[in-house]
Amino acid sequence: MSLTMKSPEFLIDRDDDRCINCQVCERQCANEVHYYDHDLSKMSAVDLNCVNCHRCVTLCPSKALRISKYPLEYKENYNWSAEMINNIFKQAETGGVLLTGMGNPSRKKIYWDHLLLNASQVTNPSIDPLREPMELKTFLGRKPERVEFNGEGNIVNLPPQLELGTPIMFSAMSFGSISLNASKSLARAASELNMMYNTGEGGLHQDLYQYGENTIVQVASGRFGVHKEYLNAGTAIEIKIGQGAKPGIGGHLPGEKVGEEVSRTRMIPQGTDALSPAPHHDIYSIEDLRQLIYALKEATVYAKPVSVKISAVHNVAAIASGIASAGADIIAVDGYRGGTGAAPTMIRDNVGIPIELALAAVDDRLREEGLRNQVSLVVGGSIRNSADIVKAIALGADAVYIGSAALIAMGCHLCQKCYTGKCNWGIATQRADLVKRLNPEIGVERLKNLVKGWSHEIKEMLGGMGINAIESLRGNRLMLRGIDLNPNELEILGIKHAGE
Amino acid sequence: MQESRREETLRMKRIYALEEHCLGCKLCEVYCVASHSVSKDLVKAHKTEEITPRVIIESSGDTSFALQCRHCDDAPCARACITGAMQKDPVTGIVSCDSERCVGCWTCIMACPYGAIRRDKYGRSIISKCDLCAEEGEPSCVSHCPNNALIYKELEANERGVE
Repeated sequence: MSLTMKSPEFLIDRDDDRCINCQVCERQCANEVHYYDHDLSKMSAVDLNCVNCHRCVTLCPSKALRISKYPLEYKENYNWSAEMINNIFKQAETGGVLLTGMGNPSRKKIYWDHLLLNASQVTNPSIDPLREPMELKTFLGRKPERVEFNGEGNIVNLPPQLELGTPIMFSAMSFGSISLNASKSLARAASELNMMYNTGEGGLHQDLYQYGENTIVQVASGRFGVHKEYLNAGTAIEIKIGQGAKPGIGGHLPGEKVGEEVSRTRMIPQGTDALSPAPHHDIYSIEDLRQLIYALKEATVYAKPVSVKISAVHNVAAIASGIASAGADIIAVDGYRGGTGAAPTMIRDNVGIPIELALAAVDDRLREEGLRNQVSLVVGGSIRNSADIVKAIALGADAVYIGSAALIAMGCHLCQKCYTGKCNWGIATQRADLVKRLNPEIGVERLKNLVKGWSHEIKEMLGGMGINAIESLRGNRLMLRGIDLNPNELEILGIKHAGE
Repeated sequence: MQESRREETLRMKRIYALEEHCLGCKLCEVYCVASHSVSKDLVKAHKTEEITPRVIIESSGDTSFALQCRHCDDAPCARACITGAMQKDPVTGIVSCDSERCVGCWTCIMACPYGAIRRDKYGRSIISKCDLCAEEGEPSCVSHCPNNALIYKELEANERGVE
């Protein structure tokens, strides 16, 4: 095609008074934006290639770089926005499906921001977490109908439980979609923080078996890297049915990302596309799911809880109830803002429902059916801060998954170009020169800092409510009030409006 | 006396490069120049002063690392120096070159087993080499490496290092 209608998304603005021509930006940009113009003896840029990942801006030693939205106005049209027009240009040129990465960025209501937390005043004392003990310890797994003790005072017949120091886990992100250095950072941070990370559907790299106690191993529709040692290596097993970013469709790891290590870990030939089917081909009903749950339990001698992860879709409450009946110990629900390494844009931005509503609906349904004690409820997609976590737990979650937030802690700038494999931050890439950019030592420190900071904030918020254990907040929706929500939304969330 | 001095210098802090973390971004060079400038201003140092970086980035394919003077205990460069400009400080162990006395004969460059000394980039008859940012506590290349690919430490008794 002769004429391309692509226009740059971003404008590189270089302050020549500050630029020292050190070419760090050029060396650090995998998108080949910056170059040294020998004729003009100065740095220049190809705006069209810029994805606004801020790698150059962050590393520029003289702070000579600024990136802004490309100032190209389209004829004003509320219906046909520049984004819509550019998408059509792109597809008219390629005939392909629009691809994207990370979570749904579209302008839809974020319910977390319409929830307000309570605090104690006069009639019940608030608690200062710096002076008094505050418990965040969380156990995930099936809870027994009644508690029985043996002669020594220990609980007997307790189904396997996951013990978390704080109600946070790192979401499933496969080795393949993210680099080995990113996986190592997550695994090591999880082990040092007494929490869990999740392998995603990428198998378990041999270097990561040592973190097994803090690993949830995932079994998804492609069954990549699944074998007996793998299943027994983790502390829990998760069956992935769906992912918030792309409910109803499978995964696709392009062949160029399947290098030697990924190939060995996933047990597929080098350079071949890793295609995860949309459904599990052995699961077409709750009964089929039950078979897989029990096959996995059998393979791991009933010593590990089995989780089932689904996307938040319209009928999520009924599906969750089915999953609980099928024998799952944990249900993970992923909201429509959940991240991904690659998804069709139309799916990511239009399929699924908000996690806040799904969570409230699932928790209600499980309680109504007397199933709530049989499963723990974990939510993700997307938890952006510690207040989101407190709100999620008050709505009924046992713990949360954080994926995007963990990546951001490691350097991700949400440029949404994970699918290109050219992540300048060394996270969503398998290119050796880029993978290097994430030093796991630094990644671990940053992840630990984030989780520590959030845990501290959770304690502060609990203390403010006069609660000294996260257990007492779980499903305590009286601690929530809605703002700018209509009666229908309030009813689904099971909360009162602010002022009521 | 000779023996105890040797002990002392062996235990000095040195810069070690971790090539598995080195990105070859060359920020170490940039900050080396700033740190050895008169203005101590990164932009002015590059735009108005003529300073040769004292760190050398070696690279081949995806592998790279930053090389600085090893401050060898026997300092062949100091022994080779014809004017006495190159000296190893008996107390700090730092090998440095007095540019007032350096005549640019390049003998030290030939004597250095690591290739860590280079000629002045701007044509002056002086050499350029790492002085461990003696005045600043931590070498500037180490504190500004974005990926912790340079570390500044004393070797443990059981670690192998440069003597």
